[in-house]
Amino acid sequence: MSYELIGISVLWLFLYGYLIVASIDFGAGFFAFYARLTKQDHLINRLISRYLSPVWEITNVFFVFFYIGIVGFFPDTAYYYGSALLVPGSIAVILLAIRGSFYAFENYGSKNSIIYLFLYGATGLLIPASLSVALTLSEGGFIVKQGETVSLDYWALFTNPLSWSIVGLAIVSVLFISASFLTFYASRAEDKSALKLMRNYALFWSTPTIIFALTAFIYLGQHNERHFQNMMNLWWLLALSVAFFMIAMWLLYNGRRYGLAFICIMLQFFSAFFAYGIGQYPYILDPYITIQSSATSPSMGLALVIVFIGGLCLLIPSLILVFKLFLFDADYVKGKK
Amino acid sequence: MAIDTVLWSKLVTGMTLGFHVIFATLGVGVPLMIAIAEFIGIRKKDPHYILMAKRWSRGFVISVAVGVVTGTAISLQLALVWPNFMKLAGNVIALPLFMEVFAFFFEAIFLGIYLYTWERFKNPYIHWLLTIPIVVGAGMSAVFITTVNGFMNQPGGFLMEAGQFTAVNPVQAMLNTATFSKVFHVLSSAYLTGAALLAGIAAFTMLRKGVSPYHKKALNLMMAVVLLFGMLNTFAGDVSAKFLAEHQPEKLAAAEWHFETESGADLILMGWLNAEHEIIGALHLPKLLSFLAFGDFNAEVTGLEEFPLDERPPLLVHYLFDLMAGIGFALLAISLLYFLFVFWKKRNELNKWLLRIIALSAPLAFLGVEMGWFYAEIGRQPWIIRGYMRVEEAATSSPHVRILFFLFLLLYIVLGTVCVLVLRRLFNNNPAELEMEKWMKEKPSQSTEKGEAS
Repeated sequence: MSYELIGISVLWLFLYGYLIVASIDFGAGFFAFYARLTKQDHLINRLISRYLSPVWEITNVFFVFFYIGIVGFFPDTAYYYGSALLVPGSIAVILLAIRGSFYAFENYGSKNSIIYLFLYGATGLLIPASLSVALTLSEGGFIVKQGETVSLDYWALFTNPLSWSIVGLAIVSVLFISASFLTFYASRAEDKSALKLMRNYALFWSTPTIIFALTAFIYLGQHNERHFQNMMNLWWLLALSVAFFMIAMWLLYNGRRYGLAFICIMLQFFSAFFAYGIGQYPYILDPYITIQSSATSPSMGLALVIVFIGGLCLLIPSLILVFKLFLFDADYVKGKK
Repeated sequence: MAIDTVLWSKLVTGMTLGFHVIFATLGVGVPLMIAIAEFIGIRKKDPHYILMAKRWSRGFVISVAVGVVTGTAISLQLALVWPNFMKLAGNVIALPLFMEVFAFFFEAIFLGIYLYTWERFKNPYIHWLLTIPIVVGAGMSAVFITTVNGFMNQPGGFLMEAGQFTAVNPVQAMLNTATFSKVFHVLSSAYLTGAALLAGIAAFTMLRKGVSPYHKKALNLMMAVVLLFGMLNTFAGDVSAKFLAEHQPEKLAAAEWHFETESGADLILMGWLNAEHEIIGALHLPKLLSFLAFGDFNAEVTGLEEFPLDERPPLLVHYLFDLMAGIGFALLAISLLYFLFVFWKKRNELNKWLLRIIALSAPLAFLGVEMGWFYAEIGRQPWIIRGYMRVEEAATSSPHVRILFFLFLLLYIVLGTVCVLVLRRLFNNNPAELEMEKWMKEKPSQSTEKGEAS
C-alpha cells in the first residue's frame, strides 16, 4: 500500500473518530441547554458534566489532528480549501472558540450562567453545520478557479439542495448519536430519570437521521454521478449500515443492552461513512485534487507514517486509561468518586 | 487592493498570535509550577503546597481553554489566510506540526485525568506522576511549534526546483540552525513568565490582604523559580543574539540601528531616528554590540546597508528589542533583590515596595514575551520563508479577510474579558485561607494520611 493511501485511510478513520466524539459533545451541549429551558436540567446536567469535564479537550484535539494530518499528507488541500473556505472556515473557528472557552467558563468558573450555557449549546449545532460545508465542497461544482485565484461560489452553495441536506444530516445525526450515548451512560450510572429522558430523545432523533441520510444520498446522485455510482457498487456497506441501525433501534425501543445499541450506532455510521469515503476515491476535491496528485514528497510521507505509529503507541494506552477512569469505572459514573 | 489584503492578513495573524501567546506561555509555564508545588507538598507533608497546586490548576484550566481555542484558530488560519504558504511549506513543516498535535493530545489526556483524580489514589505520588506527561507534553508542543518558526527563519532540508520544494528532508528542516536558540529562549521565558505571574499574584494578594503563610510560601517558591529561569533566560537571550549575528545579521542590525558594517560596534539603547536616519538621544554603550554578537569587543558586525532596501526589516523593531531585553534584566534584578532581602536579616523581604515591584513584574513578564515575539516576527519581514517566499506572495487574495479581522477582534475582546471575570470570581470569592480551613475540616487526617502513603 502506498503511503498516501495509508495516509488518507488513517485520516478518514480519525475524521470518523472526531465525528463520534464530537457528536456526543455537541449534542450534549444542546441537550444540557434544552433541558435547562424545559426545566428538566436537574435530571441530566450532572450526568453530562461528569462525562464531558475530563474529555472536552480531547475532542478538540481530534479535529486539529485531522486537519493537520490532511494538510501534511496533501499540501494542495491547504491551498484550495484554505482559499475557498476563508469565510465559512473562520466562522467555524469562531464558533469552536466560543464553545470551547465557554464550556470551561461555565464548568470550572461560574456555574449556572444561562448565557454561557446558551452559547455552549447553540454553537454545538452550528459547528457541525459549518464544518459540513467542507464535505459539500469536496463533491465539486462550488469552487471557481480563475487563473491563480480560487474562490467559493456562494450562490451555487446556498441554492443547492445537496448542501442543505448535508447540513441537515450533520445536525440530526449529532443529536441522535449524542442521545444514544448519553442513554448508555445514564444506564451505567443507574440514573433512571435521566435514562428515560435520553432514551426518548434518542428514539425521537432516529427518524430524521434516516430521512436526511436518504435525502442526502438522492441529491448526491443528482450532483455527482461518479460518486453515487461508486457508492452503489458498495451497496453491501450501505445495507450493513441500515442493518446496524435496525438492531440499534430494536434494542433502544425494548430498553435493553444500551451499550450494544450504541456500538451498533457507531457501526452504522462507520459503514456509511466509509462507503462515502471509498466512493469518493481518488478525489479529495472533485475535480482539482486527487490523492495521487496532491501527495507530499515520499520522504515526508514516510516520516509522517512513522510519527503516526509512534504517536499511536503513546495515545492508545492513554486513551484506554481515560476510558477506564471515567467511562467504565462504575463508581465514577455514578458520582461516588 | 492586493497590498490591502496582505496588510489585513498580517493584522489578523498578528492579532491572533499576540492573543494566543499569552495563553500559550501560561500553558507551557504553569504546569511546571503546579508540579513543583505538589511535589514539595507531598515531600514536606505541607498541605499549603498541595492547596497551591490545586488552586493553580483550577485557574490554569480556564486559561488552557482559551489557549486551546486560540491555538485551534491559529492552526486553521495558517491555511485560510496563508494558502500559498501552506501549499509550498506544507511539504516541509508537516512533520513538526503533526508532532505538535501529538504532544498536545498527550497533554490534554493527562490534564483531564489530573484534574479529576485528586482523591483517587492512595499513594499521593501517583497523582503527582500525572503532572509529568502534562509538563512534558506542554514543553514538547512548544518545542515542535518553535522548530516550524525556526524553519521560517532558517529554511533548510530541501532543494528548490521550479518553485517547488523537492528532495525534502523533514528532520533536517526541523533541526535548522535557528531551532536550538529559539527553543531554549522560548522555554526559559515561558517558565520565567509562569513563575513571575504566580509570584506577582501572591505579592498582590499580600499587599491587599496582609501577609499569610500560604502566600508567603507561594512567593518564596516562585521567586526562587524566577531567579533560576531569569538566569537561564538571560543566557538564552545571549545565545539568540549570537545566533542572529551569525545567521540573520539584518535582524540584529535592524534591532540595533546598526547601519554601517564596523568593528567595535556600539550598543544603542532607546533613542529615536530623524528623517536622515541619524540616531538622536540614544545611550551609546561602546563596543558592547560586538561583544554581544561575537563575544569579542573588536569583532566586525554586519550593518544594515549591506542589504538591499526591499529586504530590510522595519526599524521599529529597535524599541521592541530594547523593551524585551530590558524587561528580562529587570525580572532577574527583582528576584536577586528579593533574595538579598531574605538573606540579609535586617531587611524585611515582604515590605510594601518590594511587593509592589514583584506584583508589577507579572504584567512586565508578559509584555516581555509579547515584545520578544513581535521583534522576532517583524524582524523577519519582508520574508515569510526567509530567502524563499515573501509575505505578499503567501497571503490570501480574498477581500473578506478585512471583515474577519474585526470579527476575530471582537471574539478576542469577549474571550479575554470573560476569562478575567471568571478567574476573578473563582478566586476572589474563595480566598486560600478559607479554603484551607474548609478542607482541613472535611479531611482532618489529610496530612497524616499522606505521610503514611509515602
